[in-house]
Amino acid sequence: MQERVLLAHGSGGKLSHDLVERLLVPIFNNPLLEKLDDSASFPASGRLAFTTDSYIVTPIFFPGGDIGRLAVCGTVNDLSMVGARPLYLSVSLIVEEGLPIAELERVARSMQEAAEEAGVTVITGDTKVVNHGSADRLFVNTAGIGKVPEGVDISGSNARPGDAVIVSGPLGDHGIAVMSQREGLSFAAGVESDVAPLNHLVQAMLRASGRIHALRDPTRGGLASTLNEIARQSQVGIRIDEELVPVRDAVRAACEMLGLDPLYVANEGKLVAMLPEEDAEPVVRAMRKERHGSAAAIIGRVCAEEPGRVVMRTRLGTSRIVDMLTGEPLPRIC
Amino acid sequence: MRFLDEFRNPGLARKLAAHIREKSTRPVRFMEFCGSHTHAIFKNGIRQLLPPTVELLSGPGCPVCVTSNADLDRAIALAQVPGVVLATFGDMLKVPGSHSSLQEAKARGADVRVVYSATDALELARASPQRSVIFLGVGFETTAPTVAASVLQASEEGLHNYYVFSMHKLTPPVMAALLRSGETRLDGVIAPGHVSAIVGWRAWEFLPREFNMPCVVAGFEPLDILLCIDRLVKQVEAGEASAESVYTRGVRPEGNQEALRLMYRVFEPAPATWRGIGTVPESGLHLKRAYQRFDAEATFRVPVPDARENPACICGEVLRGVKTPLECSLFGRACTPDRPAGPCMVSTEGSCAAYYLYRGADARESAPGPW
Repeated sequence: MQERVLLAHGSGGKLSHDLVERLLVPIFNNPLLEKLDDSASFPASGRLAFTTDSYIVTPIFFPGGDIGRLAVCGTVNDLSMVGARPLYLSVSLIVEEGLPIAELERVARSMQEAAEEAGVTVITGDTKVVNHGSADRLFVNTAGIGKVPEGVDISGSNARPGDAVIVSGPLGDHGIAVMSQREGLSFAAGVESDVAPLNHLVQAMLRASGRIHALRDPTRGGLASTLNEIARQSQVGIRIDEELVPVRDAVRAACEMLGLDPLYVANEGKLVAMLPEEDAEPVVRAMRKERHGSAAAIIGRVCAEEPGRVVMRTRLGTSRIVDMLTGEPLPRIC
Repeated sequence: MRFLDEFRNPGLARKLAAHIREKSTRPVRFMEFCGSHTHAIFKNGIRQLLPPTVELLSGPGCPVCVTSNADLDRAIALAQVPGVVLATFGDMLKVPGSHSSLQEAKARGADVRVVYSATDALELARASPQRSVIFLGVGFETTAPTVAASVLQASEEGLHNYYVFSMHKLTPPVMAALLRSGETRLDGVIAPGHVSAIVGWRAWEFLPREFNMPCVVAGFEPLDILLCIDRLVKQVEAGEASAESVYTRGVRPEGNQEALRLMYRVFEPAPATWRGIGTVPESGLHLKRAYQRFDAEATFRVPVPDARENPACICGEVLRGVKTPLECSLFGRACTPDRPAGPCMVSTEGSCAAYYLYRGADARESAPGPW
């Protein structure tokens, strides 16, 4: 096999077959995929959840993860945020010609590893190769199907006054890890992306409470944007307490240096939950027993006042509005 | 986090605020020169801790905001010169010029790159010897020495494709111009912390001397700002005016002489046009004759159409401390951070952006409800 991906690898000819059959299929290794039919087919019943997302990240390998793990976890998490148990994924790769095949293999292996961690199977896929300069190394699209358990009704529009607001752990790790790798920020050394599948965590939460109203993973735009989305969708106010919002010291320090606010920095392995205050303690206890929820914390509550608005009590005891992210977060000049 | 948490101590902040409330009897207006102060004040809800006698006004201390449309238009024209890579701080991308923005120029095909420092731009020049890399030199005394260092480095390496479009500005001269105009009525100045780290707090001694104006240099944490306001109130109540610094961990009386030497080796003071304020003598920095080959303006003669201003935008008055963003008819409607009509809504240091981002808490009549 060639050392680098060539345009011919996407032409549908012999090289394409080699790439799929010798490299990718053995990695994802499952009977549904190995049939290599035009579609994978499987039996299904009940309510299904279906989602898709495309992944573009520079660099494609970053501390704590890579674009492959990101693409699997992102879709698994989107399914999990409606309470679904993720079942099957599709994987589409758009490869820039010239990408070392070893890197493609590394990404595919990382996808399979994440899929195994989540307990999902990649059952269909596609590979295209584009001219040098038409893509940035590698773009990945995944779509996923999951099954929504009986009686589960979780939505960003279901938050209610009186709910507790819970986050599953410290914020901003992913955004700072990627930025530090991209810009060579030595002061953020040691910060790793939190990219992880959250489906087991969500199932544990569902076992602890049958009344989870809203779940969402605060990816791009960070916690601030996610809370604003839910406040608007559910037409409720949200109050959080700065003191209770978990942020690692290294992430706080990096944010201070760059003039960024950790509330707006991306996460890829965290969730926000809203559920009745009475259930909050047992749910947090259940979350803390899970690998990806060990630092779960209650950070605020949902109220009826000022629907659509998120207000934070600062450490000084004053309060301020927390708005959506506008534009890209950019480091300050002076 | 050490050196930060100490300056965010809620108990001390409450004590300081109580002290200010107790001492302040006369209504006063203090201007925070620096946009980073404006943001820190809003982010921490400092205004909620102050008595009604103390009013805070934002000043012109936002380098992106004070860049004139004429300069912006020239930057956009430079970006469109074939073979040019325009390297800029990210804040400049979205600022609307007379007819367009750098972001729009980029979308139309201009090679505009966001960098974090002049050193990054220098690296771009090294990496693409067949292109001309122009760095947009925007910033105050804090940024200019780093740009000067990049020019010296380029000169030493014999790099022939690195240029600087210097729009740098000096802060003490514009503060003097504002006060001389008589339009901005002030009782004290919260002087910039980062700038003073370079120019030294003594650079502000002209304020008490020439204008009988109290002036205190502050850092950017809640306690820094409260302590500064406490000192200003103390001066006003005692009928005194002097220059001092409460940012002792960051600012020396004489500043950073090394940085200043570097800056004046490469640049010399020149007149500069500030948005909303006009041309202020000796308030800008031009490349010295010896370094003229690095001057983008002199090297690339580009036609620049006449500058136009949006007549409804009051950024100029906001920068002079004459009006607040809330008095603008565009604010929050025709002008938001996503679709800015003026620069003060774009920059992370702009007053309008601060008012918009943290609106309600302090900025508008409707304060947020109880937590």
